[in-house]
Amino acid sequence: MNLAEGVQIVSFIILAAAVVAAALGVVLIPSVVYAAFLLGGVFIGIAGLYLLLNASFVAAAQILIYVGAVNVLILFAIMLVNKREDFRPVKFAWARRGVTAAVCGGLFLLLGTTIITTPWAFSTATPVGDDAVYLIGEHFFSDFLLPFELASVLLLMALIGAIVLARRDFLPESALTASTENLKLPERPRELVAVAKADQPSN
Amino acid sequence: MQLQYFLLLAAALFCIGVYGLVTSRNAVRVLMSIELMLNAVNINLMAFSNYLDPAMIKGQIFAVFVITVAAAEAAVGLAILLAIYRNRDTVDMEQFNLLKW
Repeated sequence: MNLAEGVQIVSFIILAAAVVAAALGVVLIPSVVYAAFLLGGVFIGIAGLYLLLNASFVAAAQILIYVGAVNVLILFAIMLVNKREDFRPVKFAWARRGVTAAVCGGLFLLLGTTIITTPWAFSTATPVGDDAVYLIGEHFFSDFLLPFELASVLLLMALIGAIVLARRDFLPESALTASTENLKLPERPRELVAVAKADQPSN
Repeated sequence: MQLQYFLLLAAALFCIGVYGLVTSRNAVRVLMSIELMLNAVNINLMAFSNYLDPAMIKGQIFAVFVITVAAAEAAVGLAILLAIYRNRDTVDMEQFNLLKW
């Protein structure tokens, strides 16, 4: 990106403010649906920051994967488990929040001091700029070939694992043979879940 | 533009993620906080890649791998969440204490 220094600073300030505000909204807003949409805003702002950091390929990947896949997946999960319930109040919830906020603020101060006092070894090499795509491809197929292949195996495992975890439980064998006469799917109906849970408390 | 600005922003985002991870009652919001923390790490990697290693950009490679693992983590995490919801009929983190004591 060939932007002037002032333009870069102004766009960084705008993007950083938007990202931090949306992230605070994700954590603090009571409605979880609004939180999910604000999370999409955080992802888009971070993609803009990647553009400022001369990484157009990763910015596009960020929008495709995070906004397009992960955020939609979270929205679907919210729709699937959206049960209107008021959580039972726990004792000392305010103390828990206060201690956590103190610990997180202390962590931020620690990280900030480290960042500011560390003498970074800035490189003077010319940045690759828009040729980053070619360089990433060369890395993937030369010195990062094994992690690249392992990532594909990991994605396959996650795919199969998610299907296995999220599908419905099947009935045991005895109930299955008893229910074959009325030709229903061998799947536990939704309204019988509570009964089955009473039978098997260890489930 | 300086490296420190990006690192400070990433630190702030990470701390917000930690706060949400600990204090959230809703299990979906816990997963969202984990995504925030992963994105903070990604900002760090990209900033290092741009300012300390602009010729080889290995930080971008690492960020791509982190994005891959985050996608897999989100899928498996939400599947686990659905399984727990089907068993316990709630998404309250305070009630997921089956292995606690």
